[in-house]
Amino acid sequence: MHQTESWGSYMQPRTSLGDPLERIARLASENAVVIFSISSCCMCHAIKRLFCGMGVNPTVYELDEDPRGKEMERALMRLLGGSSAVPVVFIGGKLVGAMDRVMASHINGSLVPLLKEAGALWL
Amino acid sequence: MGFFRNYLRGKEIIMRMFIYAFSVLFLLFCLFSCWVGKKRGEDISSRNQTRFADLGELHQPAPVFPHDDAVDLSSSSMFSLKSGNATAVSHNLSYATALNTSIVPVEIATTGAGCLDTGQYMYQKGTGFGSSLGNGQSIETWGDSGMAENSQQTDTSTDVDADDKNQLYGVQHGTAVIVESVDQSKGKTGDRKTLRRLAQNREAARKSRLRKKAYVQQLENSRHRLTQLEQELQRARQQGFFIASGFSGDHGHSITGNEAFAFDLDYSRWLDEHHRLINDLRTAMNSHMSDDELRLLVDGVMAHYDEIFRLKSNGAKADVFHMLSGMWKTPAERCFMWLGGFRSSELLKILGNHLEPLTDQQLMGICNLQQSSQQAEDALSQGMEALQQSLVDTLSSTSLGPAGSGNVADYMGQMAIAMGKLATLENFLHQADLLRQQTLQQMHRILTTRQAARALLVVSDYTSRLRALSSLWLARPRD
Repeated sequence: MHQTESWGSYMQPRTSLGDPLERIARLASENAVVIFSISSCCMCHAIKRLFCGMGVNPTVYELDEDPRGKEMERALMRLLGGSSAVPVVFIGGKLVGAMDRVMASHINGSLVPLLKEAGALWL
Repeated sequence: MGFFRNYLRGKEIIMRMFIYAFSVLFLLFCLFSCWVGKKRGEDISSRNQTRFADLGELHQPAPVFPHDDAVDLSSSSMFSLKSGNATAVSHNLSYATALNTSIVPVEIATTGAGCLDTGQYMYQKGTGFGSSLGNGQSIETWGDSGMAENSQQTDTSTDVDADDKNQLYGVQHGTAVIVESVDQSKGKTGDRKTLRRLAQNREAARKSRLRKKAYVQQLENSRHRLTQLEQELQRARQQGFFIASGFSGDHGHSITGNEAFAFDLDYSRWLDEHHRLINDLRTAMNSHMSDDELRLLVDGVMAHYDEIFRLKSNGAKADVFHMLSGMWKTPAERCFMWLGGFRSSELLKILGNHLEPLTDQQLMGICNLQQSSQQAEDALSQGMEALQQSLVDTLSSTSLGPAGSGNVADYMGQMAIAMGKLATLENFLHQADLLRQQTLQQMHRILTTRQAARALLVVSDYTSRLRALSSLWLARPRD
C-alpha cells in the first residue's frame, strides 16, 4: 500500500498528461470495488446504496469534483458506448458496467462471487 | 197501439238499414284488421272463425276464454234455447263496460224470460258484461249500442273484429249484431295481447341487438382509425415535426394523451393474449402433457413477458409520467405498484410454497434471488428518493435578487437543471422494468419446466384476482 502510494505520487506527473482511460484503469485497479460517479447523479446514488446494502464498501470517485473529471467522463462514455458515462463499476480492476449490467449480474447471481473473489465480501 | 207497431216497423227498417250499412263498413274494417293481424303472424282469427261458425256452437269460445267460460256457456245456452228467435244475437264474451248500463236494463225489460235470465246473469257478471239481445224493441238501443260498439271495436283487438265479421255472415238473418265488449276482447285478446307483447319483445330485442352490433362496429372502426392516426403522429414527430408540447397546454395534453392511449390499447391487447397463453398452459398442466411440450408453452409465456417490457420501454420514451402513474392498471394494482410495475421481490413472496418440492440448490437459488431482488429494489427506491429530493432543492431554491433579467435567467437555469433531473426518471423506470424482467428470467432458470409453469400460473392468478378485487371494490354498494 505504502509502495503503490509512493509510486503513484511518482507516476502522477506522467499520467497527468496521459490518457484518461489509463488513469481510469489505474484507479480501478487500486481497490476491490471502484465506482465512477457524479455527485448530482441519482442513479449513481442508487448504485452506491446497492453496494452498501450488500455490505460492500466501494471506492467512489466523483468526476465532477476531479480536475480531470471532464475528460474521464468523455472517455468513459466512449468506453461504455452509451448515453451516460456514470455510474460505472469496476470490480477487481475489471469493468463490470453501468447500472443495468450490475443489476443483471446481481440478479443472476454472478455479482456476489465476483465480489468475494475481489475480496470485497467475506460472508 | 197500431201506430206504435207501425212506428216500430218503420224504425225497424231504418235501423236495419243503418245496421247493414254499418255492418258493411265494419266488415271492411274487419277485413283490413284481419289482414294486418295476419301479417303480424297471429292466428287467433282462424280460431275465432271456427268458433263462430254457428250460432249453436257458441259454447266453443268457452275453452278459449277461461274467465268468461261460465257465463259464456250460460249465455250461449240461453241463446241456443232461443235459437229460433230471429233476433237472437250471438255475442262474444267480452262486453263493453259502457254498454252494460245502457243495454242490460233495456234487455231485461224488453226480452223474454230467457233473455231476462241472461241479462241478469250478465248483469251479475258485472262490468265485464253487457249484451244486446235481438229484439224488435231493443234494436233501437241496440243499433245505438251497435254504433257505439263499432267505435269501441275499432279500439280493441283487430282479430275480434274478424270474428264479428264472420259471425255477421254466419248468423245474421236479420238483426244479429255482434256485440263486443272489452271483457270478451280481454278474454280473447288476453292471449292475443300476451302473444303480441311477446312478439313485440322479440322484435325489440332483435332491434336492440342490431343496434348494439352497429355500435360495436362503429367503435371498432373508430379504434382502428385512432391507432392509425397515432401512428401517423408518431412518424411525424420522429421526423422532427415540431408539435408544441408541454408549454402550450392543450396541444401537449392531447399528444401525450394519444401516446398514453396507444400504450393502454397495446397493454389491453397484451393482457388478452397473456390470458390466452396462460389458459393454454393451465390446460396443458391439467392434461399431463410431456415436459418438452410444456417447455414450449412456458417459453411462449416468457417471450410474451419480454414483449410487455418492450412495450413499456417504448411507452416510457413517449410518456414517462403515464407509465409511472400506472393509469393503465386497475386501481388496486396501482396502489401496490412500484416504479411503474410489480415488485420483483413480491413476485417470489407470491410464489411462496407453490413451488415445493425444491432441491437444496433450487432453494438456495430462490433465496438468493429473493435477497438480490430486494436489494436492487431498495437501491432503486433510494435513488428515486434522491431524485425527488434534488428536484425539491432545485425547484424550491429561491434566487431572490433584484427584479429583472437576473431572476429570469436564474429561473430558466433552474428549470433546465430540473428538466435534466426529470430525464433520469426514464432511466429509473427502465432499470425497474429490467429488474422485473431479470427476476422472471432467473426464476425460469432456477426452476424445472413444470415448476416454472406452476409459478407462471400462480403469478397470473394473483394478478387476475387483484384486478377482480379492484372491480369488486369499485362496484361495491355504498351506504
